Amino acid sequence: MARPLGMATRQAYGKALVEIGKLHPNVVVLDADLSKSTMTKDFAKAYPDRFFNVGIAEANLVGVASGLATTGKIPFASSFACFLMCKGFDQLRLGVAYAENNVKIVVSHGGISIGEDGVSQMSVEDVALACELPKMVVMVPSDEHCTYQAIRAAVEHKGPVFVRTGRAKAPLVYDAPPADFAIGKAITVREGKDVTVIANGMLVGPALDAAESLAEQGVSVRVLDMHTVKPLDEEAVVKAAKETKGIVVAEEHLVHGGLGSAVAQVTARMHPARIEFVAIQDTYAESATGEELMAKYGLSEPDVIAAIRRILA
Amino acid sequence: MAQYGPPQTVSQLEKTAKELRRDVIRMLYEAKSGHPGGSLSAADIVAALYFRVMRHDPQNPSWEKRDRFIMSKGHAVPIVYAAMAGTGYFPKEELLTLRKLNSRLQGHPSAKDLPGIEASTGSLGQGLSIGLGMALGLRMDGSDSRVFVILGDGEIEEGQVWEAAMAAAHFKTENLIAILDRNRYQLDGSTDEIMNVCPVVDKWKAFGWRVLDIDGHSMHQVVHALEAAKEQTGRPTVIVAKTTKGKGVSFMENDNEYHGKAPSKDEMERALAELS
Repeated sequence: MARPLGMATRQAYGKALVEIGKLHPNVVVLDADLSKSTMTKDFAKAYPDRFFNVGIAEANLVGVASGLATTGKIPFASSFACFLMCKGFDQLRLGVAYAENNVKIVVSHGGISIGEDGVSQMSVEDVALACELPKMVVMVPSDEHCTYQAIRAAVEHKGPVFVRTGRAKAPLVYDAPPADFAIGKAITVREGKDVTVIANGMLVGPALDAAESLAEQGVSVRVLDMHTVKPLDEEAVVKAAKETKGIVVAEEHLVHGGLGSAVAQVTARMHPARIEFVAIQDTYAESATGEELMAKYGLSEPDVIAAIRRILA
Repeated sequence: MAQYGPPQTVSQLEKTAKELRRDVIRMLYEAKSGHPGGSLSAADIVAALYFRVMRHDPQNPSWEKRDRFIMSKGHAVPIVYAAMAGTGYFPKEELLTLRKLNSRLQGHPSAKDLPGIEASTGSLGQGLSIGLGMALGLRMDGSDSRVFVILGDGEIEEGQVWEAAMAAAHFKTENLIAILDRNRYQLDGSTDEIMNVCPVVDKWKAFGWRVLDIDGHSMHQVVHALEAAKEQTGRPTVIVAKTTKGKGVSFMENDNEYHGKAPSKDEMERALAELS
């Protein structure tokens, strides 16, 4: 049984920004001509003097954000995940990560659930790229409530932060902003003892659905919302490795370099475990509806169930 | 806060520029690697900025009222280190740690390692965007501080420079001042030969900038242009400074071998003699 859909996480970002902008006068927002899609338009309307549209120029977007940060502003720079991370990566490396500037990168249109626009607009590698930047905090919130908390935490954290949001409406995981949200701390959204699913972003919903389906068949599945990929909650991963028979990592990202790799590294070092990966397998997707793509590329509830079954087999 | 001063006269600055060039030669000899050509071409501009034009306090590098400086062509950072030591940011002896393990004087500028370095650069094309962000932030706070950015002429082959140029004119950041070190060479050869960047003045004008076209080794012109650039005209300003790569050392001048080659002991001695 699929869970009810909430608003898209990009929409939750736009809403959160307006609220946070009120509390933090130093917050400024930059966009590269996609403010109607990344939802920074709400902030632009509320605080026109604190919003900069740099036009279609992502390298400059990141550079200008770095410069603003050096003057004590808290810049949020947004664009589509693929454009900002690919065209702005060198600028992120030197101007943000190396200089340790207090810049917040919040991207929209992460993953393949964006649907019909196709591969050039999809980002399947952004989390890996973000993780490769030293000291960058990397978050992939699951639903609107989790996104609100991620943005709030990003403002309060001193240093570079990356947050990935999505285009499509996201399945609701929480009824309200999770009070126990903290950077680097997994949220156990379902207790279980046979297998653990560690998921983030759009896969937390399907993971919970899978856990519910399997419960009817007597399989007890723990689900962790691993909203922070870096720094990873190693304790929660090790606990899962010790207490359950194996781990399924589920993410809307290429199988290499994202949450799966991070979890595998921790288990390999601290408590070797059986792991299955629900992710995009070394390929690009195509144009179709988001739902069709999530099914075709192995990112839906049946894929999570099959992975859990493989561990129990 | 004590602002650095008193400002040097043109003839004092000429002497200072020579001393900074000597420091660069010594540093690069000691480091056994680095880029003399681009440091020597920018020496007069950097001397004028640090010893006269910029408002800064070497004892308090994060002074709120300071002007900002970015060496966007990061490989020319030795001339900046020399000016910083000369104005008292750190002891002169530290210059000889350039490029060595545990030194704050990285091969290309690192903002987190050395107070007074405002931006980490060295991947060409990025400094003007960072300077634009600074200029916007300062303007929001009602500050009258200026942001100075030195660009290389090879560097303006990078597309990001023109993204920033377009945006700076659009945002009317009159507190942003770029200085183009027009030494006509890049690593692989002359800019005419590798990638023709002409017409330089017309390009910046077309992008909406106020352009001041000067001889970058005439201290009188350098000082005059930098002071004029501080006037608020509703537009960003670029100073196109015609320079000579390797300026001041006869055998390095216009010999692109010295873009990225440190002097030998003999070359150092000859260079220091010429610069004395």
